[in-house]
Amino acid sequence: MPYSLDGWKEPTLWENVKRAGVSRRDFLKFCGGLAAIFATRQAVPGLLPSASADEASPEPAAPTAEDVASALGSQTKPSVVWLQLQECTGCMESALRSGGTTVEDVVLNLLSVDYNELLMAAAGDAADKVLERLNNEPHILVVNGSVPTKDNGIYCTIGGKSSEQILIDSAKNATAVLAVGACAVWGSVQASNPNPTGAVGVDSIIKDKPVVNVSGCPPIGEVILATISYLLTYGSVPEADSEGRPLFGYGQRIHDSCPRRPHFDAGQFVRTFDDEASRTGWCLYDVGCKGPSTFAPCPIIQWNMHTNWPIGAGHPCIGCTEKDFFDRFTPFYHVLPDVNPPGFPVELTAGRIGLGLVGATAAGVAIHAGATAIRTAAAKKAEESPESPLAAFGDSGAVPVTIDGVRADGELRPLSGETPAVDTAVATASVVDTQEADAPGSIASSEGKVE
Amino acid sequence: MADRVVIDPLTRIEGHLRIEMETSGGSISDAWSVATQFRGLEQIVQGRDPRDVWAFVQRICGVCTAVHAIASITAVENAIGSNPPEQALLIRQMVMGSQEIQDHVIHFYHLHALDWVNVASAADADPQKAVDFAHSIGSTWKGNTLERMTAVRDTVKGIVESGQLSIFSGGYWDHPDYRLPAEANLMAVAHYLDALDFQRSMIRINTVFGGKNPHPNFLVGGMACTIDPDQSESINEVQVADIANWVAEIEEFVRTCYVPDALAIVGVYKDYFDIGKSSPNYFAVGAAGATYGGDPNQVPRFPSVMMDVKPGVILNDDFSTVLPFDPTLIAEDISTAWMSYSGDEVSLTPDKGETTVAYTGPEPPFKWLADKPEYTWCKAPRYDGKPMQVGPNARILLAYAQGHARTKEIVDGAVHTLGIDLKQFNSTAGRTLARAVEAQISAEHLLNDVFPTFVANLQHGNINVFDPSRWEPHMWPKEAQGFSMVEVARGNLSHWVTIKDEKVDRYQAVVPSTWLAGGRDKDGGKGPYEESLTSGGNHPLVNPDEPLEPLRTIHSFDPCMSCAVHVLDPEGQQLHVTTS
Repeated sequence: MPYSLDGWKEPTLWENVKRAGVSRRDFLKFCGGLAAIFATRQAVPGLLPSASADEASPEPAAPTAEDVASALGSQTKPSVVWLQLQECTGCMESALRSGGTTVEDVVLNLLSVDYNELLMAAAGDAADKVLERLNNEPHILVVNGSVPTKDNGIYCTIGGKSSEQILIDSAKNATAVLAVGACAVWGSVQASNPNPTGAVGVDSIIKDKPVVNVSGCPPIGEVILATISYLLTYGSVPEADSEGRPLFGYGQRIHDSCPRRPHFDAGQFVRTFDDEASRTGWCLYDVGCKGPSTFAPCPIIQWNMHTNWPIGAGHPCIGCTEKDFFDRFTPFYHVLPDVNPPGFPVELTAGRIGLGLVGATAAGVAIHAGATAIRTAAAKKAEESPESPLAAFGDSGAVPVTIDGVRADGELRPLSGETPAVDTAVATASVVDTQEADAPGSIASSEGKVE
Repeated sequence: MADRVVIDPLTRIEGHLRIEMETSGGSISDAWSVATQFRGLEQIVQGRDPRDVWAFVQRICGVCTAVHAIASITAVENAIGSNPPEQALLIRQMVMGSQEIQDHVIHFYHLHALDWVNVASAADADPQKAVDFAHSIGSTWKGNTLERMTAVRDTVKGIVESGQLSIFSGGYWDHPDYRLPAEANLMAVAHYLDALDFQRSMIRINTVFGGKNPHPNFLVGGMACTIDPDQSESINEVQVADIANWVAEIEEFVRTCYVPDALAIVGVYKDYFDIGKSSPNYFAVGAAGATYGGDPNQVPRFPSVMMDVKPGVILNDDFSTVLPFDPTLIAEDISTAWMSYSGDEVSLTPDKGETTVAYTGPEPPFKWLADKPEYTWCKAPRYDGKPMQVGPNARILLAYAQGHARTKEIVDGAVHTLGIDLKQFNSTAGRTLARAVEAQISAEHLLNDVFPTFVANLQHGNINVFDPSRWEPHMWPKEAQGFSMVEVARGNLSHWVTIKDEKVDRYQAVVPSTWLAGGRDKDGGKGPYEESLTSGGNHPLVNPDEPLEPLRTIHSFDPCMSCAVHVLDPEGQQLHVTTS
């Protein structure tokens, strides 16, 4: 039985959920899932953008399932205007793919999405009337699609009105504005050179209130949903990076939690598609992966109910959560010298990595140092704790490992819970420097291999 | 005196569509189809690396998300002489097959059903009667239980009583032409929710191979996803076992839920087999999923699991004669589009296609567009000068005319059950029924042919998925041309590419919804959407404030408007715009 929906009869979500026969345990389980998504930035190295570097206030503690449940459970049903402007509908499709748990569907019923052109029953004038009513009330505004600004807005009209007019009218009484997807964030493919229609993102038009930029082409469905849930849980828009992207989803790079990262650090690269190295899951950097410069939660949350994700399926990341990726990151299958976001000089050394592990370790140190410099107080505190995942994860370049996860010094012990300092990393580098980790065939003969 | 009625936004479609109509005496006397969005994607791909272009043109559409990418890589491969291994082609077939079926299911339940199903009435239904109704129409879907129907009934009731109707706000729930009994409405709403769950689950076939959906990843020369039964980091038995479950799940849902529901609905609304008749001409290059790099009349590059349906043309609803298909007879007419061509021609073949924006419409906000000769962003493709229907009904009728056994069996069964004539497939109900028939055939094909062939190849150690021999640009000819023809959910899709000095020199796509949504041509011939609302002059529209009837007919085409408007300016001219 996939659903047990019971509609919205009681004043709060929790009471409704309970009435529908959902146990507190299941509800907490779902909320725990949300809490885990929100907490991803705490679970990984504190690669927060430099914008927050000088903030003295400590990081809030990661929310627990109870926190999320308590906040979600007391909400009443907010109205939503979900616009689709100049776009391809992929973001709505992604939202449809979100999740799959019983309780999640109940939470989708938390909202009254009165205006959304893909799903709504009404059309034409009847749809316009719904929108007009909602525009005059407080509502959450979700926007898919860009605004074509050239030539008086002729390139995307709805009901005879320009997209810009529609956006401005709906933003006026919005309590929160979410730009969902690359088009709404910066214009995406149609804004790419030469941008024939003058496409821009929502925050180029709406300047009098904060716009949450849920980036990606499309964003992961679960992230779209979690951003809305965040509003309800915390009563405010999520903390965001300098580009307005929620930190819970975009606080770190693909590269930082990529399962293929050890191969990057070990200088083990796929040289051409479908070669032995690609079948073994080596790093895709050489065939154009933009993971090192892409802030996105793909490796953590993955796609379509945790089925897979682009790098997992052997294709380089094309960097679709980054602005101008169709122009800045192309040709997609080239290693670009300018793939080098501020504070992360790893790619400057990446070309040398194939030469040996000293280079890789140096890169690891560089990342670590860069990250440390901009960490917030809370992250620093967490780093000091021996149980902290911060010090061991993501900087795995500092901990030379063989391909099967065994430490290169031959000791068979779990990597988690360790606190390798930068110094240790440099010290151990010489141990693995003797390995020939360049070709797939060398794996079996590597010194650290435990038979 | 005719009344003017506008439907804009025409909701529950992909993208933005506006229909302008003149009506009198409860029926539609004239109609104009208006595409109101333009993005200029093909202009943007000019000068790019041809290996990147799939990612750009894939963003034409997030609903039929994989197909533009596949059409693009196939056209580029055709141009540069790349030969993807069979396993890569089979993977693309699995991705495309699952996407097509998912697309049909979403269309029927989430985009089209509310034209026929009165959600509000489901609040008053007896759940046991809903179960009984499901059984009475031959639905053996596992979700047809009393508990389930009761839960859904209570949900609907809760929403209705709360006054916050969400996506059902403003629906035409008091319209007299909602005809299903309450229990049928309840069953349909339950299946609407089940279909949401279904599409989430089965689309994971795309995710295994392409890493994500929407917008899975592809690769010129093959696929990037490695397959190796003995590698943990490749697609191995773990994923193969998952896919085995999902293709079985697909066939089960289509057979036990979708097809019985579609038959039941068109049975209740049987007069819609006489409403919505459109252009009597059809073409397809094969069954759904048929993929050709280059001329489809040549030997198909990938014959091993394609269904035995040849390219062909049917004219004037004459299903006894299948004419040969000639891709050189395709041309795009811009008589009613906000476009101009450099010469005096108003019609050009896609390999010479060009587009310069020439907007002559009013500045927004506007009330009415059809007073001017030009009224849409959409070109009007014609085959030998004729408007054509493409899509599931074109393919089903072509397969039937060629004697494809399984198609004949299912179609004959439906024709017999419903007491209709084959010619009545050219109608609103006919297009909706054809889509369900096609979903069944495609699901069986995926389950019985495509997936087992992929597995058999694995058993024989066939794990190559990439042709590296044409990967590097220096391996290409200095100048090369190629095109692809692919039968995708909404009909025939072709991409045309010219590569010069390792860069894209010219790019055109001729897209199913362009064939269907385009406006009038130079001879005044209406596009298929327009024709469906005006042929016979008797299309009903009882209440202009609640245009339920034309919504049914337009939705029966499954419009995909971002796809429909796709233009490349091959010469790199500046767009010029004349706003009056």
